[in-house]
Amino acid sequence: MNAYTRPDFRLPPQPTAESAAFWTGGERGKLLVMRCRACGHFFHPPAPVCFRCRSLDVAPEATSGRGTVAAFTVNQQQWLPGLPPPYVVAMIELAEDHDVRVTSNVVDVDPKDLRVGLPVEVFFEEWGEGEDRVWIPLFQPATDTHEGELA
Amino acid sequence: MRRVAIVGAGMTPFKEHFDLGIKDLVPMAVSEMAGSVDKGLDRADIQAAWFGELTTTDGFPAGILADSCDLMDIPVTRVENACATGNDAVRNATYAVASGAFDVVLVVGADKVRESSSRSTFWEWAKLTRDVAWDYPVGLVAPANFALHAARYLHESPATREHMAMVAVKNHKHAVPNPKAQLRYEITVEQVLSAPMVVAPFGLLDCTPQSDGAAALLVVSEDVVEQYTDHPVWVRGVGLGLDRVMHQHKADMTSFPATVKAARAAYAMAGIGPQDIDLAEVHDCFSAVELISYEDLGFTDRFGAAAYVASGATTVGGARPVNASGGLKAKGHPPGATGVAQCVELFEQLRGHASNQVDGATTALAHNIGGPTAVSAVTVLSSEKG
Repeated sequence: MNAYTRPDFRLPPQPTAESAAFWTGGERGKLLVMRCRACGHFFHPPAPVCFRCRSLDVAPEATSGRGTVAAFTVNQQQWLPGLPPPYVVAMIELAEDHDVRVTSNVVDVDPKDLRVGLPVEVFFEEWGEGEDRVWIPLFQPATDTHEGELA
Repeated sequence: MRRVAIVGAGMTPFKEHFDLGIKDLVPMAVSEMAGSVDKGLDRADIQAAWFGELTTTDGFPAGILADSCDLMDIPVTRVENACATGNDAVRNATYAVASGAFDVVLVVGADKVRESSSRSTFWEWAKLTRDVAWDYPVGLVAPANFALHAARYLHESPATREHMAMVAVKNHKHAVPNPKAQLRYEITVEQVLSAPMVVAPFGLLDCTPQSDGAAALLVVSEDVVEQYTDHPVWVRGVGLGLDRVMHQHKADMTSFPATVKAARAAYAMAGIGPQDIDLAEVHDCFSAVELISYEDLGFTDRFGAAAYVASGATTVGGARPVNASGGLKAKGHPPGATGVAQCVELFEQLRGHASNQVDGATTALAHNIGGPTAVSAVTVLSSEKG
């Protein structure tokens, strides 16, 4: 197990009207993902319009924060200051809707143990101060999930 | 629409041109192009120009082309469509000539990636095609974008890192005889596999170098083609395809739908299919992208790319050589110039004097994908008017 330590620096996002829920839901421990009330699908990243059915009746909704790894890459170079390699960038398929994927880091895992289909769960890392505070959703291997549940 | 032909083609070497700017490289490529026109080119014949450039290091692109080439009395349009810029510039020029608006037009592509240091490239260039707000908080840079696709492709298909390495080895070998290529040395599969890792599954030798360069084509109508050459290369088909910018919405990460759409359009316009393509220049910015593109372009079945590259079919001497020039991997990749230079290579191939000549080829395909995988442009060229 490679124990995760918070990096010295991340480029924190600047939330917009659409993305604020996603970036700040972590304050209450919730992964908020946009959902279309017309067609029922979740979608991400957030937008004022459902890209599938073009409905404007969309709003952020709490998800379980669980999912599976759809694809991952182990980054071995230091592109960004404060984010030392190696680190894992992954696409996470949400348990609620497998067509919805969140790009994030998977941490607390030996890269050798990473695989497509690995069950993961969200946690949040707070950055910024005052009105600029954000809670970046990151993922770690799920602790209490049987793989079959999400297959 | 009228038929359209390429009658001249030229390019600068692709390399680190630390001592030359865009305004130097562009007229160098145009001069070489003019020298390749069999019956000569009077600069006053050129009626319009399209200039593919992803980013500009010397200032206003259209003005630089007009000024540096002394083309002060014609319209010049800059084309920017991520890494599909070059073949999209060819496409726009083709339509302008086919429509009857012009008889003789210039296509130029140029970029200077080495104007940026290696470390800052992904800050200065990647943001052109990236959604910074969503990718940078988690440290996702451009190579990782393609790596996510490649990782999923390796998971679902029989392909391994060895098959990816075969692409890099092949394209390096192809570059050796090409005087315009940036990396003219052979490498081995073992070297690719043991090279420093960049973003798994891409090691250093799976990745394109950073390059500077320019390329130029003279595109004319069938009505005037005989004034320039008896051996034109016909632009038989052009196509552009789009796909979602964000990974989050890509249902299938093992295919690039932009390529499928661009190829479909180009094949339909040409009235041919992938079985008719004798050789191709394919966008191998990362080794696995060439594998995936074999399938998206219809050269082999879905998940057939591993066996296809291993068979030697895409090596010069095989049934359908891919990237005889060395490709992006070894010839180099100054994005705006890349697609135009692919057509320079194919122009020479189809007229029988390429540096790494493929014998007997009559019909060829050029392919770009970018943005990072949200746009593709495909051009089909042939020595036969069809």
